[in-house]
Amino acid sequence: MNGIQPVRSKRHRAVLFLVLLVALALISFLVAGMVGSIALPAAEIPSSLLQVFRGDATSMTATLLELRLGRALSAFVTGGALALAGVMMQALLRNPLADPYVLGVSAGASVGALAAMLLMCAVWVIDAAAFGGAIAVSALLYLLARRDLRDGTAAAGGSSLLLLTGVIISSGCMALVTLMLSIAPDGRLRGMVFWMIGDLSGVQLRWLPWVILIIALVFAAKSARSINLLAQHAEAAKTLGVQVGRLRQSLFFCAGLLTASAVTSAGSIGFVGLIVPHACRFALGPDHRLLLPAATLVGGTFLVLADTMARAILAPQQLPVGVITSLIGVPIFLIQLHRLRRR
Amino acid sequence: MLDIKQLGLRIGGRILLERLDLKIEIGQCWSIIGRNGVGKSTLLQTIAGLRDPDNGSIGLNGRVLPDWSPMPLAQQRAFLPQSHDDAFGYLVIETVLAARHPYHDLRYWEDSDDHRMANNALHAMDVAHLAQRDVRSLSGGERQRVGIASLLAQDTPLLLLDEPMNALDIGHQIAVMRLLARLYNEAGKTIVMVGHDLNMAYSVATHALLLMGNGEWSAGPAKEVMQAETLSRFLGHPIDVIEHGQRTLFIPRETIE
Repeated sequence: MNGIQPVRSKRHRAVLFLVLLVALALISFLVAGMVGSIALPAAEIPSSLLQVFRGDATSMTATLLELRLGRALSAFVTGGALALAGVMMQALLRNPLADPYVLGVSAGASVGALAAMLLMCAVWVIDAAAFGGAIAVSALLYLLARRDLRDGTAAAGGSSLLLLTGVIISSGCMALVTLMLSIAPDGRLRGMVFWMIGDLSGVQLRWLPWVILIIALVFAAKSARSINLLAQHAEAAKTLGVQVGRLRQSLFFCAGLLTASAVTSAGSIGFVGLIVPHACRFALGPDHRLLLPAATLVGGTFLVLADTMARAILAPQQLPVGVITSLIGVPIFLIQLHRLRRR
Repeated sequence: MLDIKQLGLRIGGRILLERLDLKIEIGQCWSIIGRNGVGKSTLLQTIAGLRDPDNGSIGLNGRVLPDWSPMPLAQQRAFLPQSHDDAFGYLVIETVLAARHPYHDLRYWEDSDDHRMANNALHAMDVAHLAQRDVRSLSGGERQRVGIASLLAQDTPLLLLDEPMNALDIGHQIAVMRLLARLYNEAGKTIVMVGHDLNMAYSVATHALLLMGNGEWSAGPAKEVMQAETLSRFLGHPIDVIEHGQRTLFIPRETIE
């Protein structure tokens, strides 16, 4: 029976994995709620949860829980957005080693955010400047490399123009970042560095990242089949009826928006957008119909747990979560890379 | 099926093809022959709609290509590219199932019909045993056969193949040849292909199109066009034609001392 898969099994397998991942995500929220500088007793959790949901968190446990769950929600949406953007970017560039930062979107956000910090702006101005910087870099990239985002087979040899342009813009932005860091007064340096590493401690719960993530997921579900074809072969995708140019533009737009929203809430957290899609592809296969939602859930869960660790390891001191993700990400990534090369 | 009118192709300002007028009817098999770089693949890509013609037009079933929207067009013609470059580790069966895309844009998963078509295609190309393999782990010839299997699974009246015999061993070359012959003889498909093997082209194709690369071309039934003198001129090398029993063989004249 080689090759003849029961037709339903693929769908069942996908549903099974997604249910499992949702369960894991919920567990990660529970862990995030209980662990911290003050560990909450498991017995008090149910009643406190009820208080939180009713909106009158008066007991100490409930107040702490509300704070922690709010932060965990921000971590989840950030991690999910980064992982989803990573999958999209890898499909767009047809390169499994691409990440959402490779095109310099986050470097653009850093320039915006650090400039605002240097000028002692209010928090919302810093956020707006980060978002603006990310969007500005995306727009510049689109203008410079729009040939690669078109239909033609001219770009069939790979999206090298887009990739190279992104890398160059990114290093340009990093030069500006270094410049600002070197002239910044000592008092503001710590905040700036933390922002660069990626930090969730000052984050506030907001609706916009959720809206962006859900819109991107709907788009992902609608075009998952076409994304599979694009990832397999751009030329073949076109002869199979995929509007390659439009799909590339949508992917670019979605990935850029997701990255901008994630970077704005939490700074540039490394490796989530690279290792989560990679690990999911390794475990579940490259079919984007399962990979896109699965990576989103895993990315969110991963960042919730990493942020819990960042709060708990040196409690009461808090580490920037980007340190944790990088420390976990680097070895995992190296192992995966060597497996890939050995084949 | 195909109506090519006054077609002109240029690459980097160089004229490859000028004023090509060609009618390709249902059930014909055309072989495009010429030296390297004369525009064989470019012409095939243009017919596939992957590239706009620099002059003239290509009509498919009475409608010019720009008037076709992508999905209906993908149900009419399939295209085998010259090379496969796989960035991700899809399974063989997944790449073949993907070729069913034009038939269900709105569905999320393939149904049992698609699986049947994909499995038939894998069997036809003698690669059913590779179905669960990672495409990146295949040999060149195996990958080529999987590519042709995708083409079959797309199930279109018009097949465009860029060097289908590439990397295949002799046994599979003959098998693909027989398959192509069956496709246009019995299944009523129309085939346009690019290939370098004159003997193969002569035995499988009904018609031939010779390209010079400077705009000049010659087209017609294979038996008329594939003459020693014409072939030698278009290929830039003397070709001998030998009758061997029932078969006609093309042999390049030896020039190595």
